Amino acid sequence: MSKSTAKTKTGWVQLMRPYFEDMKHTMYLWRRNKLAIVGTIIIGAFLFIAIFAPLLTPYQPDVQNLSNKLLPPSSEHPFGTDQFGRDILCRILYGSRIAIQIVLIVTVISSLIGISVGVTAGYFGGIVDEILMRITDMFLAFPRLVLAMAFAAMLGPNLANMIIAISLVNWTPYARISRAEALRVKGQPYIESIRSMGASNFRIMFSHVLPMTISPVLVQLTLRMGTIIITAAGLGFLGLGAQPPSPEWGVMVSDGRSYLIDQWWVSTFPGLAIAIVVLGFNLLGDGIRDMMDPRLRR
Amino acid sequence: MNIWTYILKRLLLMILVLFGVACIVFFIAHVIPADPISAMLGGNAPDEVIKRVEAQLGYDQPLIIQFYNFITGAVVGDFGLSLRTNNPVMQDINNYFPATLELTIFAIIISTVVGIVLGVLSAVHRNKIIDHFSRIFSIVGVSMPVFWTGLLLLLLFYYRLGWLPAAGRLDFFTIPPDHITGMYLLDSLLTGNWEVFKDALRHILLPAFALGLLATASIARTTRSSMLDVLKQEYITTAKAKGLKKNVVINRHALRNSLIPTVTIIGLTFGSLLEGAVLTETVFSWPGLGRYITQGLLFLDYNSVMGGTLYIAFVYSIANLVVDILYAVLDPRMRT
Repeated sequence: MSKSTAKTKTGWVQLMRPYFEDMKHTMYLWRRNKLAIVGTIIIGAFLFIAIFAPLLTPYQPDVQNLSNKLLPPSSEHPFGTDQFGRDILCRILYGSRIAIQIVLIVTVISSLIGISVGVTAGYFGGIVDEILMRITDMFLAFPRLVLAMAFAAMLGPNLANMIIAISLVNWTPYARISRAEALRVKGQPYIESIRSMGASNFRIMFSHVLPMTISPVLVQLTLRMGTIIITAAGLGFLGLGAQPPSPEWGVMVSDGRSYLIDQWWVSTFPGLAIAIVVLGFNLLGDGIRDMMDPRLRR
Repeated sequence: MNIWTYILKRLLLMILVLFGVACIVFFIAHVIPADPISAMLGGNAPDEVIKRVEAQLGYDQPLIIQFYNFITGAVVGDFGLSLRTNNPVMQDINNYFPATLELTIFAIIISTVVGIVLGVLSAVHRNKIIDHFSRIFSIVGVSMPVFWTGLLLLLLFYYRLGWLPAAGRLDFFTIPPDHITGMYLLDSLLTGNWEVFKDALRHILLPAFALGLLATASIARTTRSSMLDVLKQEYITTAKAKGLKKNVVINRHALRNSLIPTVTIIGLTFGSLLEGAVLTETVFSWPGLGRYITQGLLFLDYNSVMGGTLYIAFVYSIANLVVDILYAVLDPRMRT
């Protein structure tokens, strides 16, 4: 009995060996890419902060204390305080929760829209493809931020609507990539054989074409996470995204504008937080893209 | 395919896409619930006043009629009156757009020059200090939000050093040059008005630099990688083996060929600059179209938002079309 389990186990290990080899190779490429390691560390820290924000600071992000307003950085308030006496470090730490929420929700919604549009267009081709791609072109005819601004303002500026607005303008690259992949995949013999077994279009699309488009889309997803944060912060800065007193980073930079001359820290630190996190996502995205690059792989 | 057929096809496609864009803009402004009338009059306006204003603006008509009016107006550039400034929207656009165009063009010039120089230096001195510096600069440059870099530049060059002015296109007391293109730098050059030119230049430097930073980074990156590709080619080895000077090999043989992808990136960058202009204009109080649209949005001024957004999409599409046509002229394989 135990002998046979051992046997199947080694059989399984044997079967999975190429995958382990592949993962080992990926780890090797990752370790060799210093910038990707820096990116991973930054994003790791970002996730850690977002999860444990309340444990990392003794203050509350939205409790005002006017007797402490606009204090310069000190040991008590490492990044100083803002015009309502709120600790800026504390608000930045809590702001990471908002940033991560934005990134995750936008990524999920926009990739769902993009992949559905792209796979449908690529798989059916012809008139369906033509119509869906012209619709994609229409969305690409705007500078993204401008379209997102219009959506956000008309839906009513708040965090949830800003997330919807960014998702609505952010799906186009995924649609294009997954369409190209679907076009490539649908000509393969295995799709033909599945169809000859009587599988419906829907089934072929979702169980056989869609999984093949995931990996290039994933690379693009990580590459675009930084852009999502920048867009969200930009909308917050313009007053078309999250609203004060939310500790969203763009809103915080905008808050500090009136105090720029004498209290530089109010705007500077939240902006620095945006820059560091976006840098982390960009480094990580670049690293993942390089690792997926077949010229580097073998 | 013949180049003219290609251009004609692209033009027809662009008209179709622009019609769709107009539909999106109209949809955003009319179907999504926001209430411009009460934003204009305040929440407690009496019903008959609301009715009268609605009738005046044509908001009481069926949506399909409003859509028809919007499209027929848009074709001839008539977007109605702006609720905020009380001018025809097209007149406002004519006033504001040259400022945006001037800023964008100046930013492209700065970033092209700096980006190509950085990219070439970093490819030629691969893995030396200058290469590391330029690569770090590129990746940090694309990560910084433009409104934040703008504020930092203001802090340093205006508040701390006092070298450059903070806001607007000209000093308060400087009289704008005669209107030719609406771009102050160009107009003052054309009329030989050096005082105004100097003033306009001082005002545009900071915003253009902040705006161009992002583009500089991507141009430097592209130039570096394409330059590295070209430097590996055999004809470069030949040129070196012939005993040509390093400068000649780099500037005459390598640079020209490596610039093709860079041209592509510069074309693509124009769009992201238009986007960045919205934020830069807000930071530097630059009276451009982006700021006009932002303020229109905050006041729910439908006509100016619809007109301004459609106009930006139009300019953006034209820019993309020009880039595509340039490729098609340069590279016949692109004409599909």
